Amino acid sequence: MATAQDRAQAPGSGLNDDIGEAKRLALYRSQLRIREAEQRAYDLFLQNLVKGTSHLSLGQEAVASGFAEAMQKGDLSFCTYRGHAHTLARGVSVEKVLGELMQRDNGLMRGKGGSMHLTSEEHGVMGSYAIIGAHLPIACGAAWRAQYKGDKDVSVCFFGDGTTNIGAFHEALNFAAIWKLPVVFVCENNLYMEYTPIGDVTAVKHPAADRAASYGLERIIIDGNDADVVYRTAQKAFAKARAGEGPSLIEALTYRHSGHSRADPAKYRPEGELEKWKERDPIKIYRERLQQFGVGDSIIAKIDAEVRKEVDDATETCKAAPMPPADILTTDVYADGGWAWRN
Amino acid sequence: MAEITYRDAVIRGIAQEMARDNDVVFLGEDVAKAGGVFKATVGLYEQFGPLRVRDTPISEQAILGAAMGAAMTGLKPIAEIMFSDFFAVCFDYIANEFPKSRYMSNGQTKCPLVVRTGNGAGSRFGAQHSQSVENWCMMIPGLKVVAPSSPVDVIGLLAAAVRDPDPVIFLEHKSLYPTKGEVPDGEIVDRLGTAKIVRPGRDATILALALMVPRALEAAERLQAEHGIDCEVVDVRSLVPLDTQTILGSVAKTHRLFTVEENPRLCGWGAEIVSIVADEAFYDLDGPPVRITTPHIPLPAADILEDMVLPTAERIVETVQRSFQG
Ligand SMILES: Cc1ncc(C[n+]2csc(CCOP(=O)(O)OP(=O)(O)O)c2C)c(N)n1
Ligand SMILES: [Mg+2]
Repeated sequence: MATAQDRAQAPGSGLNDDIGEAKRLALYRSQLRIREAEQRAYDLFLQNLVKGTSHLSLGQEAVASGFAEAMQKGDLSFCTYRGHAHTLARGVSVEKVLGELMQRDNGLMRGKGGSMHLTSEEHGVMGSYAIIGAHLPIACGAAWRAQYKGDKDVSVCFFGDGTTNIGAFHEALNFAAIWKLPVVFVCENNLYMEYTPIGDVTAVKHPAADRAASYGLERIIIDGNDADVVYRTAQKAFAKARAGEGPSLIEALTYRHSGHSRADPAKYRPEGELEKWKERDPIKIYRERLQQFGVGDSIIAKIDAEVRKEVDDATETCKAAPMPPADILTTDVYADGGWAWRN
Repeated sequence: MAEITYRDAVIRGIAQEMARDNDVVFLGEDVAKAGGVFKATVGLYEQFGPLRVRDTPISEQAILGAAMGAAMTGLKPIAEIMFSDFFAVCFDYIANEFPKSRYMSNGQTKCPLVVRTGNGAGSRFGAQHSQSVENWCMMIPGLKVVAPSSPVDVIGLLAAAVRDPDPVIFLEHKSLYPTKGEVPDGEIVDRLGTAKIVRPGRDATILALALMVPRALEAAERLQAEHGIDCEVVDVRSLVPLDTQTILGSVAKTHRLFTVEENPRLCGWGAEIVSIVADEAFYDLDGPPVRITTPHIPLPAADILEDMVLPTAERIVETVQRSFQG
């Protein structure tokens, strides 16, 4: 478990500044951007401006930011329906994400994909997948291409604890292991599938890590609410992948502050659980971390203001944006740009 | 020109494309060192090596998922699913992932891949290794679906499928593997979305696919000889895109339509074509369109039982002749 080691290196006596101030500020900004954008998505949902469903990552920001900040340009992210955070973390604008959630023409996919399918290939976001487990094999395929062509990029695949019980998870892990693919599997263990606690339906205590040995992989469990821990873990796994030493499976312990999806009040959670996890809120942890490292309050306040402005501006732009036009209904079904299935 | 089997045409088609383009890679169960359970990939591993021709575990989701990830990022994979019935265990990729990613991403995501599979009856393998599943694929927007009936079409359509920028389901008929046909020398590249008139005729149009094509041809010869009915046989070849021009053109000439389908009856490809003809060529017809299909049952294993339910030349002759007696 990486946590103990990282705690030992944590600031206090003899600060471990292996991450450096510039990266720490980037990690903070990234997490805050996700927090503010997700909170805004929730507010817009209450105003009936976010339509359909949406799955927020409030409370899970450190996983997305820690991995994304360790990625290089060209590395590929494969996300789930709970993918706003990972999409934002790769640098996609808040406007594009909120626009898609609000089903406007300025959205990332002009309303054709929706909240569960955020995709921005130019940022390395190779899709958000809403069929549990489907993207683990797909990430293997992207990694196979890198291996075959001698490309140095890593494919990173994010999924939840519940996903460890579907067949595609196990097929993908075995496949990645036998072919030694440069892919990193990241399980965000937030303790619940939709509404059922993961422990009620899983034969092992740690749904991802306790399966690692079946595929000859190291058992890795980390504190998913500490962005520094996540970042260091990601760097190690990426270095291993780039060195041709094969896949990693990482279980990051975290917690979602909101319900599963927009409609879920999360009544199934035991009393006090949310409050306990909020004490370990990744944003709170990280603000304190910056302070421990001597980052001035004014620098933090400046980032806070810039992030809020991006989210506020995006909100206004999206509210004013037109709805998607009917003429895109039949575009891009096939590669010729159209939908013709007959002559 | 040489006479080769449908099985060897599969090998030649894959080899032609792999030799042409290093981005073409091939994966599946028992396909590399063993040369495939139908021996339709023998020699590819030796010719193209272990990096391009890869044996996989029995993981149909991993096979198709990996093919998709590779296709999205620059390769042109050919994936084999041993029996088409097994599409059911990896149907998410066929129904949800390959065909929807381009649309959902507003055109960002590409998926140029081919899934080859052994389809259809005749091997007496029973209900889970014999079904014709072309209609499972045809109903999905975003896929292309082809099913060749002859060695030359296997090579040409396989080449077209590999070069096509969309996901293509390539249905090889298991009972056609040992059949032979003339194949020209050199590179062969055909076009998706094209039907082929394999026997011109004036009195009736018979549409057929894959194994049903030779049966329709045999029936046409007998209808001519025994009943003086001159049938035009159209090998549909490509279900998506569908060559409605050739089909409607033939119906406009013959005024009669018969479909010969191996799939169980409900929602077979012929139903869609009959509905198109009813919509667009109703007044060309001199009689009701007739579908000749396998009944709506799972396929039995025993040869004597299986033979009773697949459309035969005999049944085609009787059905067409009865329809003409009106
Ligand atoms: C194959 C499949 N089964 C069920 C669902 C419905 N579903 C959507 S999210 C979800 C829970 C997933 O839990 P987990 O993997 O822990 O991810 P989390 O939502 O906690 O991030 C379920 C069951 C689905 N989308 N796909
Ligand atoms: Mg979960």
